[in-house]
Amino acid sequence: MMPFAYERAADPAAAVAAVTGRPGAAFLGGGTNLVDHMKLGIATPDRLVDVSRLPFDRVEALPGGGVRIGAGVRNSDLATHPLIRSRYPVLAQALLAGASAQLRNLATTGGNLLQRTRCVYFQDLTTPCNKRRPGSGCAAIGGFTRYHAILGASEHCVATHPSDMAVAMAALDAVVVVLGEKGERRIPLTDFHRLPGEMPDRDTVLEHGELITAVELPALPFAARSAYRKVRERASYAFALVSVAAALDLADGAIREARLALGGVAHKPWRAVRAEAALRGAPATVESYRRAADAELAPAKPLAGNAFKLPMARNTVIAVLRDLAKEGGA
Amino acid sequence: MTRLLEPRAIGMPLERLDGHAKVTGTAPYAFEHALRDPLYLYPLEAAIARGRMTAIDTAEAEALAGVVAVMTPRNAPRLAADDDQELWLLQSEGIHFRGQLVGAVIAQTPEIARHAAALVRIAYEAEPHDAALAADRDDLYKPEQVNPDYAADTDEGDVEAALAAADVAIDATYTTPMEHNNPMEPHTTVAIWEGGVLTLYDSTQGAHSVRTTLAPVFGLAPDKIRIIAPYVGGGFGSKGTAHAHDVLAGLAAQMVPGRPVKFALTRQQMFWLAGYRTPTIQRIRLGAGRDGRLTAIVHEVIEQTARFKEFAEQTATSTRIMYASPNRRTSHRLAKLDVPVPSWMRAPGETPGMFAGEVAMDELAVACGLDPIALRIRNDPAADPQSGKPWSGRKLVECLREGARRFGWDRRAPNPAARREDGWLVGMGVASSTYPAYALPGSRATIRYGEDQRYVVRIGAADIGTGTWTALTQIAADALGCPIEAVRLEIGDSALPHASVEGGSSGINCWGSAIVAAARAFRGQHGAAPVPGAEIGAEMPEDPEAQRFAMHSFGAQFAEVRVNADTGEIRVPRMLGVFSAGRIINPRTARSQFIGGMTMGLSMALHEESVLDPRFGHVVNHDLASYHIAAHADIGDIDAVWLDEVDPHSNPMGSRGIGEIGIVGAAAAIANAAWHATGIRIRDLPITPDKLLA
Repeated sequence: MMPFAYERAADPAAAVAAVTGRPGAAFLGGGTNLVDHMKLGIATPDRLVDVSRLPFDRVEALPGGGVRIGAGVRNSDLATHPLIRSRYPVLAQALLAGASAQLRNLATTGGNLLQRTRCVYFQDLTTPCNKRRPGSGCAAIGGFTRYHAILGASEHCVATHPSDMAVAMAALDAVVVVLGEKGERRIPLTDFHRLPGEMPDRDTVLEHGELITAVELPALPFAARSAYRKVRERASYAFALVSVAAALDLADGAIREARLALGGVAHKPWRAVRAEAALRGAPATVESYRRAADAELAPAKPLAGNAFKLPMARNTVIAVLRDLAKEGGA
Repeated sequence: MTRLLEPRAIGMPLERLDGHAKVTGTAPYAFEHALRDPLYLYPLEAAIARGRMTAIDTAEAEALAGVVAVMTPRNAPRLAADDDQELWLLQSEGIHFRGQLVGAVIAQTPEIARHAAALVRIAYEAEPHDAALAADRDDLYKPEQVNPDYAADTDEGDVEAALAAADVAIDATYTTPMEHNNPMEPHTTVAIWEGGVLTLYDSTQGAHSVRTTLAPVFGLAPDKIRIIAPYVGGGFGSKGTAHAHDVLAGLAAQMVPGRPVKFALTRQQMFWLAGYRTPTIQRIRLGAGRDGRLTAIVHEVIEQTARFKEFAEQTATSTRIMYASPNRRTSHRLAKLDVPVPSWMRAPGETPGMFAGEVAMDELAVACGLDPIALRIRNDPAADPQSGKPWSGRKLVECLREGARRFGWDRRAPNPAARREDGWLVGMGVASSTYPAYALPGSRATIRYGEDQRYVVRIGAADIGTGTWTALTQIAADALGCPIEAVRLEIGDSALPHASVEGGSSGINCWGSAIVAAARAFRGQHGAAPVPGAEIGAEMPEDPEAQRFAMHSFGAQFAEVRVNADTGEIRVPRMLGVFSAGRIINPRTARSQFIGGMTMGLSMALHEESVLDPRFGHVVNHDLASYHIAAHADIGDIDAVWLDEVDPHSNPMGSRGIGEIGIVGAAAAIANAAWHATGIRIRDLPITPDKLLA
């Protein structure tokens, strides 16, 4: 591990000032991902600015039915919060599907959004990786790609985003609130993470020094009937092969509105807009779900090691929608 | 007949005597021994799989504050013996595998050592490497023998004629992936070189075996090396032999005489420096009559070894004793690759071999229209098919019947894919288990009656978490005819009387026999009321009677499996193992070992797979986030029971050893249950959801 300086930010503006303009500085939240990366030499910050004690630790109801989540709220606290459990069960389930109890106790909301891919080559300094060292090549292509992308990848990077929480937030139209030197800006979560394109080293649209202060969930009454389904080899403590976040608004056996996002399939939480369009107004039948899944997955390009993700994602979308509709009595 | 002990303390479910120290964190593991003024080592590792180093630039590392020395082949102390190439470290610039230890930084803190290691620049001249095992390689060869000393091939009768004439035949290929032992405690050595004596606080399964191995490597007399290992956080075979990290720590200690050098492998480094199980490709052919009676068994194994050192896993040896058949052939062929050397892991041989063999038997049962238990009973041999010797106690049939009764086997539908509950397909499977009763020579114990009126029992045995501290105390108490409180056991140190390695499930058999011999000699010499200071020692006696019998433990593994009809996810809500392993010394620690083995079997069945990327030559999923082992949530209702029995021929305790049989057959039972749940036959481990997606 490279030696580094440590400071504790006194307030949000000071935190932003301490990192902006210092290319080697980084924010430290729960540290569950960054500290690993420092040990492995993937991240080599020369200064850590600890933001874990800033006043971002609250979950508040917003006027109109939404919820504002402080960036420092721990994953475990968020998962069990009554506002989240009652209004957005999909998010509570996604949080509990992630990591282990010990990690959830440390990991923050903002940090969860910023966690980096678990591609084994990204995490191995002895192999090429365009995300870690731009221009060095992608070792995953032609290698171990079981956990890699089938949607939105590029010839430079086929990594997936590992978060469960972010997949649920993508389905819920969450907004990421960010503080920078020039003040606050609000970024829709679906625009927050990038596809790899030619710059896979950039996971998000954040500028260096910008600090996540909160995530806002808009009101979505029908999200009270929502679910997160994570498919993985072992029953806990594993990243998703495929995951599905969904909410259904049903009336008279038909789908008024649906929200759908996929995890484990792309460089970002994958909001399934094609599937949502196919579902809107369709009868709540397995046939509709199948058509929606096929519409979403039509552009998928599996790699040598992950062709199974196509039928797995398709089956899981169908199963989650089917079970949600059943719960709703449709 | 072997003179059996009268069991009094033996058979009691004593709590672990070291339990309190362990849960309160006061039992010192290798890294934790409080030593004055320690230094810390971080290794340098080869970044190519084959070739040589042409330049090593250590200037930047050496300039870093806190760095004491950077050791490379240029300045490393010389070693004395090169017969074991795994241990011939830093004596040349040659590279045999990616990750090979090529140097070390010794520094004031572990952080400085690691940072400095990253500053060392190594230039290489790479040669093309070859790291891909395949069945169609043209350079597969027959080893002289397989681990530990079995014939590579056997051939009895005329299998080809029998297969051609068989009413029913099975011909299938099964594969198991490369797997890593992954004990919780990483491989760790703290080395001190002082006054011409090398002391290693080591995480090992055998203090004396490490000493015996390392003494010639360092050119030291055995009494100039001492290995101390009172507590060990798991080994599963990977700590059964000395590995390169022991030598690196010893070399480093010689560069800084008098200072302890602490070295713990990272989890990542354990994926190339501490052994692993070879991948296997196993073709099995079975011939049988319509009644299921076997007429031919063929088990042909292909596996890998390292080009620089051979290890040949005995994958087919269990097939030589499992079932009756007049015609039988087994063989092992190896590919020499530019990879780390495989080694012992969790019942080497039996574990992968019985996966293939017992799935093949399930396939034969289906082909014959027989219940899989009935098929196994029908082929149970009256004597050892290999040696012709009588069994010291073969109770496989009893295990199968008892398991069937307890598990509710009669509720199993005869056809696959017959049961569906809440979107999950449910099935049951069974497989046999077996493991040999090994008795390794050379263990010795001493007993001394102390002023405190307790018996000090000394033997350099190992406790790798299995319960040795407790079980040997129970054996000593019964051997001396005294309460367990009157026994003070000392183990885990090569300064104690010589003990064989904790391996091959043989520890308790060997060490217990030595203690019993010492206790009998002690009573013979000093009587029932010894004076303080009375002492005697004895070796484990040779047991000529043991040679007259085929001595193996047996068991039956049952599993219930659920497969999600939408996603292919596979879960195992229920497992039962019924074992016949001779007398059980401590039911509490024994149960823990059995269900621990079964858990490893489940892990093998569903999760474990080291992915070696042949382009680079190393395992790329080299951490516990990407190399999956079973998590708590994967283990449901798991139970192990055993037949109440004594092996009258094995040793004075009547035990046969239980360390490894728990894993054997477990993966096959799960694979067979997965077939029963879905109708899909998986022959390639691990059984992951993608293989079961409808």
